[in-house]
Amino acid sequence: MGGTLFKNFSFFSATLSFFILVGIFAVLFNYAQEALQEFGINFLYGETWEVDEEDEGGIFGGWIPIVGTLLSTLIAMVIAIPLAMGIAIFLTEIAHEKLVKPVSIAIELLAAIPSIIYGMWGLFYFAPIVQSTVGGDGVGLLTAGIVLAIMIIPFMAAITRDAMNTVPPVLKESAYAMGATTFEVVKDVVMPYAKGGIIGSIILALGRALGETMAVAFLIGSVMSIPSRITDPTTSIPVLLANNFAEAQDLEISAMYYLALILFVVSFALISLAKFYFFRKTV
Amino acid sequence: MNRLFLNKAILMLSTLSAVIGLGFLLWILITLSYKGIMSLHWSTFTNDLVEGGIRNLLVGQFTMALMASAIAVPIGMLAGIYLREYSNNGKLAAVMRNLSDVMMSAPSIVIGVFVFALLVDPFGGYNGWAGIVALAIMMIPIIISTTDNMLSLVPQELREAGMALGGSKHKIILQIVVKAAKVGITTGVLLSFARIIGETAPLLFTSANNQFFTMDLTEQFPSLTVSIYNLATYPDEASRELAWAASFVLTMVVLLINLVGRFITRSKK
Amino acid sequence: MTTDTMIMEVKDFSFTYAGASSPSLKKINLPIEKNKITALIGPSGCGKSTLLRSMNRIHDLYPGNHYEGEIRLYDGDGKGGNILEIKKENDFIKLRQDVGMIFQKPTPFPMSIYDNVAYGLKLAGIKDKSEIQGRVEKALQDAAIWGETKDRLKESAMGLSGGQQQRLCIARAVALKPDVLLFDEPTSALDPISTGAIEELIAELKKDVSIVIVTHNMQQASRLSNYTAFMYLGDLIEYGKTDKIFLNPSVKLTEDYITGRFG
Repeated sequence: MGGTLFKNFSFFSATLSFFILVGIFAVLFNYAQEALQEFGINFLYGETWEVDEEDEGGIFGGWIPIVGTLLSTLIAMVIAIPLAMGIAIFLTEIAHEKLVKPVSIAIELLAAIPSIIYGMWGLFYFAPIVQSTVGGDGVGLLTAGIVLAIMIIPFMAAITRDAMNTVPPVLKESAYAMGATTFEVVKDVVMPYAKGGIIGSIILALGRALGETMAVAFLIGSVMSIPSRITDPTTSIPVLLANNFAEAQDLEISAMYYLALILFVVSFALISLAKFYFFRKTV
Repeated sequence: MNRLFLNKAILMLSTLSAVIGLGFLLWILITLSYKGIMSLHWSTFTNDLVEGGIRNLLVGQFTMALMASAIAVPIGMLAGIYLREYSNNGKLAAVMRNLSDVMMSAPSIVIGVFVFALLVDPFGGYNGWAGIVALAIMMIPIIISTTDNMLSLVPQELREAGMALGGSKHKIILQIVVKAAKVGITTGVLLSFARIIGETAPLLFTSANNQFFTMDLTEQFPSLTVSIYNLATYPDEASRELAWAASFVLTMVVLLINLVGRFITRSKK
Repeated sequence: MTTDTMIMEVKDFSFTYAGASSPSLKKINLPIEKNKITALIGPSGCGKSTLLRSMNRIHDLYPGNHYEGEIRLYDGDGKGGNILEIKKENDFIKLRQDVGMIFQKPTPFPMSIYDNVAYGLKLAGIKDKSEIQGRVEKALQDAAIWGETKDRLKESAMGLSGGQQQRLCIARAVALKPDVLLFDEPTSALDPISTGAIEELIAELKKDVSIVIVTHNMQQASRLSNYTAFMYLGDLIEYGKTDKIFLNPSVKLTEDYITGRFG
C-alpha cells in the first residue's frame, strides 16, 4: 500500500536527526581516541600545543582555545544580553504599531547576514576603531567579542520578542489598570511570565556564540597564547579547527577531533538545557 | 516621581538599543555596498577565480546549496509530516523534535569535521559531495521544524473533512494538508536556503575550494564563501577588492531571498 | 439625579477606534451613581465594553483612538475633572488607582498570592511593611478569599482555581481603595458556582465602592444591578432603574432584547 510506504518513509526521515547526532558523537569520539588515550582529561587544561615532527606525535592541550572560546563568548554575552532585551522591549512595549514591522524586519535581516560578512566587516572597519580607542593590535579577544555580540543580538532579540509576545494582552492591561508604568509592567509581569522563553533565547544565543567560526576567525588573532589583556589576540576552538584542521595529521588531528568533541558536547548540553526551559515554561 | 523617571530612563535605553541595532545594520550594509560596488566590474561575473572573477564561485556555491536542498527538503518535509500527522504527538515525537532542534544548533564547524571524517578522509580528498552533505545536514532540521510548525497551523477540520469524504490518510496529507501549508513551507525553504548559501565553516574542509570552473562533484569544488575567507586575508589589494565584491554579491543574494520569502507570506495573507 | 449622588458622569461621549471611519460610541450620556451597581447590557458589538474601557482610559495603551465629549469623575465635594483631558503619566496612574478594573478572564500576575495583592499598594508608593500586610489581609477578607488563601500566601497565584483567581483579582483591585470598580464580564469564563460567589461578592462590595459591570447575562444584570443601561450599535438606547428596564421598558428595542428576541 502506498500509504504504509509513505508512512514508513516519513518515519525513517524523522529518525534521521537521531542517527546523525549519534553518528557525529561516535565519529568524533572514535577519531579522538588517540588523543583521549594519550592525554585523557588533562587535555582540558594542557597549555602546550606542539607537534613533534620526528615521531608523528607531540604534546597537545586544549586550554588556550577553550579559554579563548569562553572569554570571547562571555564578552559577547555581556554586551548582547542588555541590548537584545532592550530591542525586544522596544518592539513589544514601546514602538508605535507602524514601526514594529519595519524594525522587526530590519532586525531579522541583520540576523540573516552570513557570519563571514560580520567577520570581514569587523576586520576592516571595527578592528581599527577598537585599536585606536582601546589599544592593542585591533584583532584580539575584545574585537572578536564585540562583533560576536553584534552578530547574536538580532537572533536573541527576535526569540525574546517572540517570548514576550506570548504574554496575554489582558494580563498587561490589568497591570496598567492598577497604575503600573510600562517598565513596571515589563519587570513584574512580562519578564516573569516569559521567563522560560527569555532564558531559552539567551542559552541558544550562547550556544551559537560558542560555536561561531567565521566571525571570530577574522578577529580573534588566531594566536596560541593565553591573553593577559582583553585586547590580546588568542584563539578559540572553532577558529583553531577552521585554520589548522586541514593540515593536521596523526596525533594532532586526533587532538583536533577531541576539541570538536568538546565543543559538540558542550553545545549539545546547552541546547538541551534551553529546550528543557522552553518546554517547562511554555507547554 | 522616581518611578516615572526610572520608567522614562528604561524606555529611552530600550529605544536606544533598537537604534544601535539598526545603526549596525546600516553601517554594515553601507560599507559593504560602497566597497562592493566600487570593486565590482562586469568581468567579475564573467571570469573565474583564477582570472580574478567569481563566476565559478557563484555557480559552485549555488550548485552545492541547490543539491543540498534537493536532499534536505524531501527528507525534512517527510520528517515534519511524520511528527505532525503520524506521531500522535506522543513522547517519541517530543524526543524527535528536541533532537532535531539540537541538531539545528550544532556548531557548523563540527558538522564540517564530521563530514570530513565520513566523506573526505576515506575517499582521499576534498570533494563537492562532501560539501553538499554538510550543507544538507545543516538544512534538514530547519526544514523539519518549519514543516512541523506550518502543518500545525492547518485547521483540524480540514483533515476531518477529507476523512469524511473517504480519503486515505496519506492522500489527505499530501493533497489537502500540505497544500494548505504550502506558502508557509515555501517561505521556510527559501529562508533555510538563504541560510546555507552563506555558510563557510562546513565547507572549509569538505568541498574546500577550486580556482577553476568545474561541475565535477568528485573534485574540490569552487565556493564563494571559502574564497572570501581566503581572499580577505591576502595582503594584496586586488584580492581584497574581490573579497568585497564577492561579499556584496553574497549578502545581496541572501537578503533578496529573505525578502522574497517574507513577501510570499505577506502577499498570501 | 444630581451630581452629589453621582460618582461618574458620561456626557455626549463619542469614541472612535484607531483607523476606523465611524465612531463605535455615539454621543453617550450616562450617570454612574455612587455606591450603586450599574449594569451595561446589549448584544455583542454594541459598545458596552468600549464604554467601560474608556472609564479608566485603558484604551490609551493602544495609540490612535479618538475621544470626544466628557467623562467626569467626581470627588467627595461633587467637583469632577474630565478624565478625557488627562495627558500626564502621573494623572493616568492616579486615575487607574481610583478606577479599578476586573477583566473577563482572571489575570493573576506571575507572582505569589500575597504579592499579587501587595503589588498595587507598592506601586502606589506604600513602603510600610505592616501597613501593606494589613491592607492585603483586609482586601483578601473583603474579597471573601482570605479563608482559602491565608495558609498559602507565598504560593504562586497560578495554582488557584479560576474562581479563586478572579476573587484574587478583585482583592487586588479593592486593596487600592478605588472609588469605582469596572467589571468587564467578570464571570463569563467561570462555572456557575464560582459565578455565584463572585456575584455575592460584587453585591457586598457596593457598600464601599461604586460599580459598573458589563454583562451579556441578563439574569445577572437583573439580579445584581440597581441601574441598567441598554446599548445597541454604539447608541445608548435606554437607561433607568433595573426594575423599570426589565419589567417595563419604554423602548421597544429594549424589550425585544430583554425578552430574548435577538441577541
